[in-house]
Amino acid sequence: MSVLRSDLRPGVYCDSIVLMQLQSTLADLPGVEDAGAVMGTDDNLALLKANKLLPKALPAATGPSDLVLVVRAENEEAATAALGRVDELLARRRATETGEFRPRTLTSAARQRPDARWVLVSVPGRHAARVARQALDLNRHVFLFSDNVPLDQEIELKRSARERGLLVMGPDCGTAILNGVGFGFANRVRRGGIGLVAASGTGLQAISTHVHAAGAGVSHAIGTGGRDLSAKVGAITAIQGLELLSRDPETRVIVLVSKPPAPEVTGKVLAVAGATGKPVVLYFQGDAPSLTGEGNLHVATSLREAGERALELLDNEATARGASAPPVVRLKPIADGSPSSLSAEAGGAGGCLRALFAGGTLASEAVLMLRDLVPLRSNIAAERVEPLPEPGRSLGHTILDLGADEFTVGRPHPMIDHDLRIRRLEQETDDPEVRVVLLDVVLGDGAHPDPASALAPAIESAAHRPDLDIVALLIGTDEDHQDIEMQADILSRAGAHVRYDLGEALSLVRDTLGATGAESARPGTQPPLRRTAACETAPPTPATHPVDLADLQAPVSAINVGLESFYESLLAQDAKAIHVDWRPPAGGDETLMAILDKMRLR
Amino acid sequence: MNIEQANRTAVDRMMAARPILTTVSTALDAIPGMHDRLLLHAGPPIEWERASGPLRGAMIGALLFEGLAEDEAEAVAAIEGGEIEWEPCHHHQAVGPMAGVTSPSMAVYVVENVTDGNVAFSNLNEGYGKVLRYGAYSPDVLDRLRWMNQVLAPVLADALAEGEGLDLRALLAEALHMGDEGHNRNKAGSLIFLKLLAPLIAKTAADSTVEAEVLSFLGDNALSVLNPVMAACKSMADAAHGIEGSTVVTTMARNGTDFGIRVSGLGDRWFTAPSATPDGLYFTGYTAADANPDIGDSTITETAGSGGFAMASAPAIVSFVSGTPQDALHATLEMYEICEAEHEHFTIPPLDFRGTPTGIDIRKVVELDLPPRVNTGIAHREPGVGQIGAGLVRPPIELFRQALLAYAEHYGP
Repeated sequence: MSVLRSDLRPGVYCDSIVLMQLQSTLADLPGVEDAGAVMGTDDNLALLKANKLLPKALPAATGPSDLVLVVRAENEEAATAALGRVDELLARRRATETGEFRPRTLTSAARQRPDARWVLVSVPGRHAARVARQALDLNRHVFLFSDNVPLDQEIELKRSARERGLLVMGPDCGTAILNGVGFGFANRVRRGGIGLVAASGTGLQAISTHVHAAGAGVSHAIGTGGRDLSAKVGAITAIQGLELLSRDPETRVIVLVSKPPAPEVTGKVLAVAGATGKPVVLYFQGDAPSLTGEGNLHVATSLREAGERALELLDNEATARGASAPPVVRLKPIADGSPSSLSAEAGGAGGCLRALFAGGTLASEAVLMLRDLVPLRSNIAAERVEPLPEPGRSLGHTILDLGADEFTVGRPHPMIDHDLRIRRLEQETDDPEVRVVLLDVVLGDGAHPDPASALAPAIESAAHRPDLDIVALLIGTDEDHQDIEMQADILSRAGAHVRYDLGEALSLVRDTLGATGAESARPGTQPPLRRTAACETAPPTPATHPVDLADLQAPVSAINVGLESFYESLLAQDAKAIHVDWRPPAGGDETLMAILDKMRLR
Repeated sequence: MNIEQANRTAVDRMMAARPILTTVSTALDAIPGMHDRLLLHAGPPIEWERASGPLRGAMIGALLFEGLAEDEAEAVAAIEGGEIEWEPCHHHQAVGPMAGVTSPSMAVYVVENVTDGNVAFSNLNEGYGKVLRYGAYSPDVLDRLRWMNQVLAPVLADALAEGEGLDLRALLAEALHMGDEGHNRNKAGSLIFLKLLAPLIAKTAADSTVEAEVLSFLGDNALSVLNPVMAACKSMADAAHGIEGSTVVTTMARNGTDFGIRVSGLGDRWFTAPSATPDGLYFTGYTAADANPDIGDSTITETAGSGGFAMASAPAIVSFVSGTPQDALHATLEMYEICEAEHEHFTIPPLDFRGTPTGIDIRKVVELDLPPRVNTGIAHREPGVGQIGAGLVRPPIELFRQALLAYAEHYGP
């Protein structure tokens, strides 16, 4: 009979990555069956409950600012011993910190690092706007990684930033590459002539790695957050980004990736893209009136095509200048890569696909490319795709975005922590209907240090089923610190079929399922590019408060508020950075927080 | 009402205050409201039943010293019988280290803030070991107090009358450049004090024996200057008190049971909570189990922008908090986070002469959940044992939260 022991620490805050490491270390201690280390949000408590880790004696007042530590162990001694090591484990982490003073406020950080032009914000969503606002008040650009930021706050932040010639990238901005330095989750790609403006994190990663593999490079990649092109936000950041890249001499070709813009903003965005005077590739992923290119605007219908078109345009542009094409990066061929090595005996009949994506855009792309071939279910909303009644249970062919809110609230993103995907993989493997499982493995800064090894045991045990194939889509470059070739080796030795490109991974899936239907997501005959009357009559007015190009061109120096791994990743890329020791205001006390907010306005 | 403006006014006044040590007098003659059956003590108001060992001992000792009781039993009876009153030093423009007990006939330093004209007082420092401020009241303790009253005080008064007063702000500013922080380390400041007084004492002392006795007493005690410095800080903090709308802390004080604070814009109301036991190093033979909860008015130094806030100036004493010189720098950097200003006169060489963090803002303390850090001596919980260590303590966050709630109530939402 196992025992459950817990330790509640009111008002003690740790960031989720620290807690995640603590949790996994605790779970590995002798005699410990499972462990939980979370801030006491409702969602986290629900998660503990789901994992049979919810302490019975938890006070009703336990809230988001209280640290909850739980251990389930074989016996009393093991549980007590494990909990007794918590302070030491937390202290061990602190001891590895650099000797630099860790400020508690942005103001002090800005004083310590006056050259910092960028502030990375990855604090919990309800606090994020406040921190972003402080950054704008200090005249700094914001990379807003936090999700769950209310829409009205996004609008207010972006408008206020635009007034001051500042960028707010986000919220829910997974990645950006500024002057060669990756922010958040980003791959190491060489510098080059392709500039990106992207509302999607993994979409940006897929294109930038594609560009790198082809021997070209990225000038800057500006994230906008997923709602930027909505009617209410009005594409503020995308327009600033396009305008900024138009002035950047290093950027020769621009790629804009987003979900389809709201009809109200399409014209404005196209007008600004047209006015850049540079070739612009547009990829609007999803169900929208199709567009065809016109003038300097080129339309792509898939991520892959967006990358290809950009490379082609860059090539044309280079030829026009008399420059020679760069050499292509050749990764070591993958040992077990040919479709013929797929388990043949299962044939195509009756088997199902289960795709477990960490990257949202990759998941959406897979939905779009497969939905006309097989009946699909997904937690991603799209036409001709059935919703899942319960996200926790797959049905038929299922494509899951495991980075979606319903899976990530209160736990780390699956790009950092593979726990959720491993559990889900086990679950899918137990389902005899399943014929092929597709996983994405995203490398780069910010991502798990060795995702292949984290996933390998689960893949290996799933691969014991002779009628089951596992396809792994590996997104990364030869310069990423995880060593992409080694990652590929580990995955294929575990029994996965590894592909570096989503298109190839999906065609492997199609072959496995025996689906031979017409190819989806290919452009048919499209009506010409439509622009609104307004933009035909009024060319875009120049930005009244343009973003200073010098900020983009200066060596990157940044202030990090939130996830410490982002700070470490900046340092690893030789950027200058300072980390703010941020904690929830007023120890998380809502009443006091409200008073403080009112006093600030007085 | 503009909070920022109010706070700016408060810290500007705190920094503009120029405390001059003018003379040494007696509590009864100098301190407003003092009377012959009144004792002053450190910290916020406290009932006898809840008073800590060192405070009780010091009160008993003061009654013996005054001749208001013949022995301990009589002293306790007088206190419990209501014959004696006791009030915080802070209610009488005064401060005192540790128990801070000041009785009517005791000698006191008189410090005038010549910028605003307000005056502050403190008793005289007795030195180390068994002393009244730690609750000791044996005959030798009382004898020393008598010598201080009868010999030391008149010499100091005469010497000060000979000069033009002693500029304590300048003294503290200089001491901060010599390795002091003005609270736990006063070695440099006490030597400056001795140096400034020595020629005047030489002129006015009755004979060379008295002169030698007085100079040795002042010179042997590295805390000689603590009490006048505390009075100086009190005069600065008082100058910043009473600014409508200000959220700057103007009093932090402990009576050995409770820690109390007062806020510039919230009048004379105390916010109190149980005092914590300091975290620090203990003299051989003592442990945290022997320690009394934090006690004394000496936190007036941090209130006025020195002491623990100037830790970066005093790397020599980082070992009290088992730290490194870098930790000393970090301690000061951390306090900037909760302060309104950087001091115009107190500067820190290793921080490129940045001014010390000055003017604690309760809003920042609450928002960052970061109470001020206070350097402190540690008293034994039993009366009369004395100092058993030194270290670091923080006032409970609850004080600042209470004050913020009271502010919201007073000034409206």
